[in-house]
Amino acid sequence: MDTKKEVGMVSETAGMGPQAYYFAALSEGRFEIQHCGVCHACQFFPRTVCMHCGAEDLTWIRPSGRGTVYSTSVVRRKPEAGGDYNVALIDLEEGVRLMSQVEGIAATDVRIGMAVQARVRQTDAAPRLVFVTEAAE
Amino acid sequence: MNLDSLRGQVAIVGVGHAGLGAAHGYTEMEILAQAAARAVADAGMSMRDIDGLATCSSSATMWSMPVAEYLGLRPRYIEATMLGGSSFVAHLLPSVMALVAGQCDAVLVCYGSTQKTATFGRQAGVKARALLDPQPFEQPYEPISPITSYALAAARHMHEYGTTRRDLAEVAVAARQWAQLNPEAAMRDALTIDDVLSARMVSDPLSVRDCCLVTDGAGAYVMVRADRARDLPQPPVYVLGSATAVWNRQISSMADLTVTAAAESGQRAFDMAGLSVADVDVVELYDAFTINTLLFLEDLGFCGKGEGGSFVQDGGIAPGGRLPVNTNGGGLSCVHPGMYGIFLIIEAVRQLRAQAGNRQIPGAEIALVHGNGGTLSSQSTALLGGPSTR
Repeated sequence: MDTKKEVGMVSETAGMGPQAYYFAALSEGRFEIQHCGVCHACQFFPRTVCMHCGAEDLTWIRPSGRGTVYSTSVVRRKPEAGGDYNVALIDLEEGVRLMSQVEGIAATDVRIGMAVQARVRQTDAAPRLVFVTEAAE
Repeated sequence: MNLDSLRGQVAIVGVGHAGLGAAHGYTEMEILAQAAARAVADAGMSMRDIDGLATCSSSATMWSMPVAEYLGLRPRYIEATMLGGSSFVAHLLPSVMALVAGQCDAVLVCYGSTQKTATFGRQAGVKARALLDPQPFEQPYEPISPITSYALAAARHMHEYGTTRRDLAEVAVAARQWAQLNPEAAMRDALTIDDVLSARMVSDPLSVRDCCLVTDGAGAYVMVRADRARDLPQPPVYVLGSATAVWNRQISSMADLTVTAAAESGQRAFDMAGLSVADVDVVELYDAFTINTLLFLEDLGFCGKGEGGSFVQDGGIAPGGRLPVNTNGGGLSCVHPGMYGIFLIIEAVRQLRAQAGNRQIPGAEIALVHGNGGTLSSQSTALLGGPSTR
């Protein structure tokens, strides 16, 4: 926990459930995930209860952002529609998995096992969590 | 009442289908009703005999009510659990329980879809579901629903076990060879390994030939208690085991992309039936994508984990291979109207009745049926037995 910063309890976040809180933090450039105060596991996606033990004692932490590509696919799209893009599953070193996209290299060059780092991108539509390779950092 | 005691207490006594391929000008309810009427007639019964109903729809959340209304039923038992494509396999066990408990005397399980020809077809349905049933932690990355999820599972299986695109292609080619023996199958042209490997990529490592068909179609089956089944015209097909497991919905929430909940549903179904893989004569697996067949052959115990690729090589599951799998041509080459699970049961029943024509497995007495739903999300296994197995 020493490298992770506790940033508040879900129950103390008035008028905002964990899903809304997650995206609000992301829009401010912070990527946060939940840590359980009872079983001490992390979870993704954010919930009101711990998926491992059912406790409501959940705290938001800032993960290191370091992860590994668990699986990857190139979604094929016509060039005029924007071309091919990557969809990947990333395992964070905190022990959670999430869907994201590896940026900065060709979609066809993303490999399982690659070390990647989280980045928060602000887009017109919504804030977006993506990953870049160590080489691209 | 325990599960063992339900073994063989209920039989499937009628099957029917309608609108396979393209049902131009018909609604999904219209072809569902045709399939239902044909299943009831096949059972030598009347729609008035039906007092239990199991059905669900990809779009209408209250689907069992319009089906009851359309068919003029007043069911004493209603099952509408919606688990995606496995639903009509999952409906077996609660229906067995309702029949044995005497809640009802004849259950109709039915489904229909016009996703190919309807104005509100497959693509419109995917868009509507994204609004009604959002997945805010996956949708922003625009995975093609559901193909990319299966592609991610395939990529991981290839990485961990050395499975190749050629192994996946074997699954598609075997399905096509079975389809060529089935006059009702939609796709009967010759298909080679090279055809699959050179087909247009959709979501790597899956090409368009690794993906199931998009067709219309409706299917139905009728169940009664075993004592009554003996007096009906068709050879009874007994429900020997049935189990369903759900571990996750989203592919990103799946703990290990190479192990599905079929490992649990299969074991429970075999336990209920008192059978093992060695007893199985014919296998019907939900092959929405070629990787499914490999995963389910492994998870159900027909081969070890990671050995699915070598199991299917050199025509291993094609006609004349070591294990007959998806003898109608499967979702890959026969029919795939959105939720294919009911056609797994229809084909297994035909095989166990020895009514499968040129594709008949001689002497087939035990069939394993395995349904999948969502994105490797729900898994439902059944063991069915022919007239001699009760």
